[in-house]
Amino acid sequence: MEVTREITKDNYKSYVFEKMPKSSHWKNMFWAFLIGGIICSIGQAFIELYSLWFNDQDASVLASGTLVFIAALLTGFGVYDNIGRFAGAGSTIPITGFSNAVVSPALEFRAEGYIYGVGAKMFLVAGPVIVNGVTISVIVALLTLVFGG
Amino acid sequence: MDTFLMFVKAFLVGGGICLVGQIIINYTHLTNGKILVLFLIAGAILEGFGLYSKLVDFAGAGASVPISGFGCALVKGAVKAAKQDGIYGALTGGLAACATGISIAIVAGYLVAVIFRPRTKKK
Repeated sequence: MEVTREITKDNYKSYVFEKMPKSSHWKNMFWAFLIGGIICSIGQAFIELYSLWFNDQDASVLASGTLVFIAALLTGFGVYDNIGRFAGAGSTIPITGFSNAVVSPALEFRAEGYIYGVGAKMFLVAGPVIVNGVTISVIVALLTLVFGG
Repeated sequence: MDTFLMFVKAFLVGGGICLVGQIIINYTHLTNGKILVLFLIAGAILEGFGLYSKLVDFAGAGASVPISGFGCALVKGAVKAAKQDGIYGALTGGLAACATGISIAIVAGYLVAVIFRPRTKKK
């Protein structure tokens, strides 16, 4: 028999962990690997295509841009969120997940108008990403300047 | 054959990065936003030591498509511009390097929000 434990702020989290279904961990990891790999392979296909006309650097940037655009459309059609339900990190971590994080709230909060709805909610997740990214990039670049990299 | 090998490497490395993310999610239950920021910072710091670029050279899209590649591109752009234009470059280089992705996401997001109807998420 399980003794009823006192729930404190500290042990509540571990209590919730215990009660969560665990059997799906391996399945989650498989799908994350597969979908993540497929999205990156599609990205590689665009890189190979674009490098026919552009240099390596531009081809890579454009390939990511294309993925962002495709993911935005798929989010509009409601397909991307369905992929995300089983792909987990496989659909979150690629740049397509960033695109999804921009478009999804934009679409959802349209009812609140184009300024405070679409315009503001678009950056719910993208905001922290850009803020952290830009801050780190400036700090690293300044450090490089000071210490001569 | 070289091209085929690049696809294999992109698949394995890209899938591997997502796998690491999924393992972290499984054990910590971080939300999507936190995972994105975590990987972005990881990529940016690795690039600070010049390491992530090597992974991009090795695996192509397998390293540049995950959000860590976005962090890498920010830092790489900022450092490159800083070496050219000093402090001004350090401030502009990062965003300039990532402007394509951010702009496409914003414009596409806006258009999608205008054109499409929100769908109720199936649970």
